[in-house]
Amino acid sequence: MSAHTSSPEVTFQPEHSGGTKKIWKIFWVLSALTIIELALGYFLYAKSGSLGYPVIISTKIVIGLLTLAKAYYIVSVFMHLGDEVRNLIMTIVVPLILFVWFIIAFLADGESWKNLRNTNAGSKPDATKQVAPAAVNPGDKK
Amino acid sequence: MSTTTIPAGTKWWSGGKSPFNASYGKVMMWYFLMSDAFTFGAFLISYGTIRFSVNHWADPNQVFNAFPFAGHANLPLAFVSLMTFILIFSSVTMVLAVHEGHKMNRKGVEKYMILTIIGGIGFLSCQAWEWTHMITGDHKVLVDGVIEEWGTTVTKNPWGPAVPAETLTQMGLSATEHINTPGPIAFGGYFFGITGFHGFHVLSGVVINIIMYIKTKLGHFDQRGHYEMIEKAGLYWHFVDLVWVFVFLCFYLV
Repeated sequence: MSAHTSSPEVTFQPEHSGGTKKIWKIFWVLSALTIIELALGYFLYAKSGSLGYPVIISTKIVIGLLTLAKAYYIVSVFMHLGDEVRNLIMTIVVPLILFVWFIIAFLADGESWKNLRNTNAGSKPDATKQVAPAAVNPGDKK
Repeated sequence: MSTTTIPAGTKWWSGGKSPFNASYGKVMMWYFLMSDAFTFGAFLISYGTIRFSVNHWADPNQVFNAFPFAGHANLPLAFVSLMTFILIFSSVTMVLAVHEGHKMNRKGVEKYMILTIIGGIGFLSCQAWEWTHMITGDHKVLVDGVIEEWGTTVTKNPWGPAVPAETLTQMGLSATEHINTPGPIAFGGYFFGITGFHGFHVLSGVVINIIMYIKTKLGHFDQRGHYEMIEKAGLYWHFVDLVWVFVFLCFYLV
């Protein structure tokens, strides 16, 4: 067992068990996740005319979740954060939770700017939103 | 690498040792990467905001459908997938280099560092091709009643709303041609700015990896007794890969 010491600040030396199996396994996991993302992305492109808004949004959310999974594997296994002391992991992960608020707030902001632009700050109806005329059936009272 | 078996009740903050059981250099690299993550995050989120704030944005499947040596073939997502796999693969070789470092195997470290450097240079070459193709591209745009041919730059965005078929036939052109009107100017600035900032990180990562390779070959880490420097360079390299995963998501996939 090689006596490799890092700096003297490190009290408990990590045990580095032999294999590269885990590394290659995660490579295949990352590749599979990427291929699924690409397939979903291609699906969105190939069927772009015929998909409804809910399907598009849910597919994009799934793609986003797959990317988060990739990020988890890269940080935890490749960068070895998963093997570190729990407090160190927390100092990295907890501030990144701010990103959730960050993303929601700014995308909502962007959406709001679009609405303000389209309605001229609320003073006229939104021309990009086509309002379906009320269905007129024979026999309806006008 | 298995989890360290640390005895319960260890007094971490009583002084004399690192409270995270990690060297100062490694902890600081993590915190630098955090700051960089917030910088890239800010760029990407502001991109999302602007993209959400306009009625029409460039369709990535239209803009990024080229592949080197494939002429004008329509291959959306193909080239960027290649770039993603190159970077993932170079990340794997980097982990393997760190792994060899833990075993104090100098030859192994050298081998995997070379592969990682080649991967990085490969990615940069692909990005250079992509940029050149975008900037020198000729896409037909209808500007003030005149058809011009625009590349995509920070001042020109030829990917606005498509000219409707009736207008095309009125102008005597085939109704199936893809001619657009100018799109939001922000597209070029964001695309080149963010991929450029990322590419700059890849470049500096390649330079750092080359320095690590040279130091390994000169035996500096053997002398020191550990290859932790390779591990720190590895953290930086994986961060670069991670950022690419998110850039890929935001610009090309969704």
